[in-house]
Parts: sequence; structure tokens; C-alpha cells
Amino acid sequence: MIDWMKKLFGQTPSSSTAKERLRLVLMTDHLALAPEIIENMKRDLVDVISRYVEVDREKVEVNFEREDKALAMLANIPITAVNRQSPPEPPPERPADPPSAIVESTKDEVAAPASTHAGAPPRRKRRKKPAASKAAPAQ
Amino acid sequence: MAARRIVVTSGKGGVGKTTTTANLGAALAKRGHRVILVDADIGLRNLDLVLGLEKRIVFDLVEVAEGRCQLRQALIKDKRFESLSILPAAQTRDKDAITEAQFEAIVKEAAEIADFVFIDCPAGIEAGFRNAVAGAQEALVVTTPEVSAIRDADRVVGKLNDKKMPIRLIVNRLRPEMVRTGDMLSVEDVCEILSVELVGIVPDDEEVIDTTNRGTPIVLDETAKLRVIYDKIARRLEGDVVPFTNFDGGGFFGRLLGALKAG
Repeated sequence: MIDWMKKLFGQTPSSSTAKERLRLVLMTDHLALAPEIIENMKRDLVDVISRYVEVDREKVEVNFEREDKALAMLANIPITAVNRQSPPEPPPERPADPPSAIVESTKDEVAAPASTHAGAPPRRKRRKKPAASKAAPAQ
Repeated sequence: MAARRIVVTSGKGGVGKTTTTANLGAALAKRGHRVILVDADIGLRNLDLVLGLEKRIVFDLVEVAEGRCQLRQALIKDKRFESLSILPAAQTRDKDAITEAQFEAIVKEAAEIADFVFIDCPAGIEAGFRNAVAGAQEALVVTTPEVSAIRDADRVVGKLNDKKMPIRLIVNRLRPEMVRTGDMLSVEDVCEILSVELVGIVPDDEEVIDTTNRGTPIVLDETAKLRVIYDKIARRLEGDVVPFTNFDGGGFFGRLLGALKAG
């Protein structure tokens, strides 16, 4: 009876907890096993942001953290300068515009490197190194 | 025609690889196939014990690899069947006593004289796993509906996918009554998480302990309820479409079947 009451009043059955936990942990596992995918994603991300601001590519950090019910990607991208002109419109894979019009824009130095957070804001600093740092699975 | 070479693997230990290998092999042998079971767990030999053949071992896998005997001399025929043999693992050697190439060659040789060769893979994903997989063309992944077993199974599935090997899943030790009350992951949940084709659902049953205590395959125990379960999996491996028993209790018949554990 008490068990039944427990279930009726909000305690989630452990199987759904198990499923949710597994979903998350496997996502993390898969990310850790695919460093080249993380690297590609990081590169693409920085490419897109570079169209609007100038970025210190060497210092870009991408981390994955567990948020409540999802995996959050936290990207720390130091900005060294901001493009004053309106940002370019076309995506890079369409080379329709003359490149000179896009590349040469006036730049203003920003006081200090800023951080951009993609995804949810970081709540805690965690022990986990970026997933990308793990070695590829040996065959 | 050479045999199908199937590795039985799981990542995590203790989920029922050896029991599954023994009982599936026995089920297929009983259905008239020539079956050879290879124990790849060097140093932790157990397939012989589960099948009650431990007293008859003369040579082992490593001795075959080293050329100290012929494969045929090392095979132990199970006299209760027309056509079931096992190739025992070495008990006093290490996993690195044999190479992937040697293992593959032995399994292929066994395949020449059988219809099914099952490779009972050791736990883990290191050398022993790599050897066992080297000899196989297809894989059966055994898991239980528990988080640790599923996570390890996922890891193994990833490794097998890299080998472009067809993979099928056996969910072992399911407790239907716990699934019904929401206290255990369902077979659907496990399949969804692992994205692998299902080939068998084996409910948790004391019969497994009882029959392994005696060294008798379940298919030889006429009173065993699980006999039907292993027979169904054997038929699916042959290529038959055999409907799955509904253990999750959808509706009256499901509950009734679950309650009776009728298979």
C-alpha cells in the first residue's frame, strides 16, 4: 500500500530514472569516443563566430557538462576584437559574394577577452576535461 | 558449406554469456545442426563446467594454436547430442597466449566441420575480446536490464559496429513483474537505448542455476520452462520469424503468460 501511495504521489519509478541516466551517460560516452567529431564541431563553431567577431582560436575551449536533463555544451571562446560593420549575411559555403567585401571590415579592439557561453550557463566548475582530450579507442 | 561463426559477447561479466552460449548451442544441436562451441575465455575456463564436460578435457585451445595437437583431438563431443562439441579454453595460460590470427584460423577450421560455431567471449574489451571477435562474422550481444550491463553492452556494440559486423541482442534475466511495476527497464527500453535488433528475451529463472549446478543444458530438461525460450532463439538464428513472448504484460494474456512464465 505504501509503495503504491509512493508511486501515486510523484515518486518516479526507478526504471524511468535508469533510462534517463543511461541516455545521458551514453551520450557522454559517445562524445568521449569521438574526439575528431568534437574537433570538427569546435572548428565549425569558431568559423561561424569569426564571421561576426575576431576570436582567439588557440584559447577556445569546448566542454560538456551534465545539466539537469540534458548534456550542455559549454564553449569558452575568447573574443579579441569586434567587427563594427554589420555582419556578413551569406554562409561560407556560398562563394557568391566577392570575398574582399566580407573580409575587410573595420575592427575595434575590445578591452579584455570576453567569454561566450553556448548552451546553458555554467553553474559549477567540474573536474571533467573536455571530452576531446580522451584518446581514440584502440582497435 | 562452412559454418556461421557467431561471437557471444557482453562487455560486462556475469550477465550470462556462457550460459547463453551453452544453451543456444545445445538447442541448435538438438534441432539437428552440427555445433561447435569455442571457449575464448583463456585462464577462466567455464563453458566445459556449465555443460558438464569438465572431466573429459584432454587438450585445449592454446595447445591447438601452438600446434601441439589437432583441432579434432581437442574437441570434446557432448555424448547427449548427435552433433555438439566444445573446444575448451586453456585454464593455466594468459589471454595473450594466442594471437588474433591464430584464433581466427582455429575458428575457421572449426567452421569447416560444423553448421554453427559459437565463440564464448571473455568479459572486457581487451585482448581476449579482440581474439574472440577476430574469428566471428556475426555477434550476439547479451545484456541484462541493468544500467551497468547496458552501458558496457553499448561500448561493445560500438566496437562491433566498427567491424561492420551484424549484431543481435539477447536481453537476459528479465523480471517481468518488476517491469510491470516500473522497477526494471523493459525490453523495449533496452532495445531503444542500444539500437540493436532483438533476437531473444530470457526471463530470470532459478532453472538456470539448477541446470548449471548439474551441468545439464536446459534444452535437455523436459520440465524446464526456459527450454522453449532457447528453442525460440535457436529458430530465430536459423532465420525463422518467431514472435516474441510478451513479458511486459500488455493486457490480460501478457499478464497471464508473465505470471506463468510460460515462455
